[in-house]
Amino acid sequence: MSIRVIDEKCGGCKLCVKTCPFGCIEVVNKKAVIDLDKCNLCGACIESCKFDAIVLTKISPSDIDFPKKLEQYKDVWVFCEQRNGIIQSVAHELLGKGRELADTLGVDLCGILLGEDVKGEAQNIIHRGANKVYLVDSPKLKHYQSEPYSKVLMKLIKEYKPEIVLCGATSVGRSLISRVAIGIHAGLTADCTGLEIDKENRLLLQTRPAFGGNIMATIICPNHRPQMSTVRHKVMKEAQVNNHHKGKVIEVNYGDDVYSSRTKLLDIVEEIEETVNLTEADIIVSGGRGLQKPENFYLIEGLAKALGGAVGASRAAVDAGWKTYSHQVGQTGKTVCPKVYIACGISGQIQHLVGMQSSDVIVAINKDPHAPIFNVATYGIVGDLFEILPELTKKFKEVLKR
Amino acid sequence: MNIIVCIKQVPDTTEVRIDPETNTLIRSGVACIVNPFDMYAVEEAIRLKEKFGGKVTVITMGPPQAEEALRETISLGADEAVLISDRAFAGSDTWATSYTLSGAIRTLGDYDVIICGKQAIDGDTAQVGPGISAHLDIPQITYVKKIEEVDMEKKYMRAERMTEEGYEIVESPLPCLITVVKEINEPRLPSLKGKMRAKKAEIKKIGAKDMDLDPGLLGLNGSPTKVVKIFTPAPREKGQVIEGDPKEISEKLVELLKSDIL
Repeated sequence: MSIRVIDEKCGGCKLCVKTCPFGCIEVVNKKAVIDLDKCNLCGACIESCKFDAIVLTKISPSDIDFPKKLEQYKDVWVFCEQRNGIIQSVAHELLGKGRELADTLGVDLCGILLGEDVKGEAQNIIHRGANKVYLVDSPKLKHYQSEPYSKVLMKLIKEYKPEIVLCGATSVGRSLISRVAIGIHAGLTADCTGLEIDKENRLLLQTRPAFGGNIMATIICPNHRPQMSTVRHKVMKEAQVNNHHKGKVIEVNYGDDVYSSRTKLLDIVEEIEETVNLTEADIIVSGGRGLQKPENFYLIEGLAKALGGAVGASRAAVDAGWKTYSHQVGQTGKTVCPKVYIACGISGQIQHLVGMQSSDVIVAINKDPHAPIFNVATYGIVGDLFEILPELTKKFKEVLKR
Repeated sequence: MNIIVCIKQVPDTTEVRIDPETNTLIRSGVACIVNPFDMYAVEEAIRLKEKFGGKVTVITMGPPQAEEALRETISLGADEAVLISDRAFAGSDTWATSYTLSGAIRTLGDYDVIICGKQAIDGDTAQVGPGISAHLDIPQITYVKKIEEVDMEKKYMRAERMTEEGYEIVESPLPCLITVVKEINEPRLPSLKGKMRAKKAEIKKIGAKDMDLDPGLLGLNGSPTKVVKIFTPAPREKGQVIEGDPKEISEKLVELLKSDIL
């Protein structure tokens, strides 16, 4: 890719200078000049230009020659992350998407399952639409450790050659798959929110947010296989369970050297304070500075409980010590996309918005009618949360009978 | 104890505001900063040095301007800084970036720990840290929220690694790579003396030719992934304002959310 300014068209208006997120455009002698050392080709300036004076030359999929050996790679794989022997829901979502991709390509959907005594779960993966499950069952794989897991996955990929590998963008998935991608020189796109097949070129079109969701990028991996993506929770629709769906479980075993790990897991500590995992929650109720003091978080907790949701917090509330960091939503905290996000007393600084603006429905309750949170709210309520929250909790309890 | 910290210079999105009229970002005059997560990495490295002695070397791959970011870390207490910069690196994806950084680290001699921030706020991939450890073939502990113990005699470290449900306690031999989260510490501010030192400090610069790397695996050529399209997401639809007394508001909202919640 390359970018350049067509001097004849440039009007020297400086709109692009204002737009550039990297501050790499200057107007010299009434013409825009792009500092190519700083530019990361994001294309924001192109949209801002009223004169069509900036052009970005991109690679189009049809320009790319296909090395023939890529054709050996087929099937769509989903890494089915288990914790304590239970498949994580993000894997169910990936099986849903994976089925669609596999059908478009006319190949099999395969689940990859690593763990100890997880054969029963292999059947569940088949019931969610997989044609095959590659099962590696060993006491050494009971819990995730980066080295054995990545070695096993690399071996499987080299042996069975999938065309696409999908994995949840979890604390395990991101750490594991990054290591695998290096070892097999595969392309990896993080945190995809959209996956489609370019049928003509047999490429996976991976769309992901960058810049905290302010820019979307579509990424391909033309000359390497497999094409690998991590995908956020709650973005894809879960595969339905069909107990009659048939498939094959292929058990694979490797030598002890493959299972060996230099790191050692000593203990797993679950923080019971958190009843619902924030990134997996369908409903999140979050509180911010508007709560005035930490004790008032009971209002948030009460509503969350009534809705069966999780409790989130703004950075301001976490920095003030009102809630632990594990509750923080936003740029330096967690990125969430629940069905319903209720922001109470949160002004909506950009750092908060980037962590929650992809939620399906956003409710904002704030005293200040000019608070930026209202710009992204589906339903905006200007008012006193101390009056509204108890009433709202009561009403929901009635309706939901909780 | 020799510690290497990998940092990235990113645009400061905290300075970005949303234009209430157009619902788009106002990006004018956005400054470049050290990626916030990397500041925790730098702080942790300095704390380790204060405890065990040794040296903190901060490295970054980026354009010549990234030198500023390196100087900032020196003002905080880093001993040395290396800028990895070359036109040959342009267009690097996470594969090529971690390959280049690992090549640079190999030129620096022995090290005990490499520390990275958990991810950068512009790309948000969290792939480069684990990528470096894979290229160097050293163990990794990601999302570290606390280093519980370092034993320099037996050469190992024990750390708490954040997970979705809580945390894990993981032990690793040294050298290893860790990526750190915000919870690990509170970064210090630069001292006056530090700022003076940063001004005068010599920043070592290395390019593609200074490293033992395959030129075919650098930059755009070495990157398996290619960006084919960039666009701004459709703005959220204009919301609805709900008015009334608390009781009315609650009734209306419950009605509106019923289908999403039940």
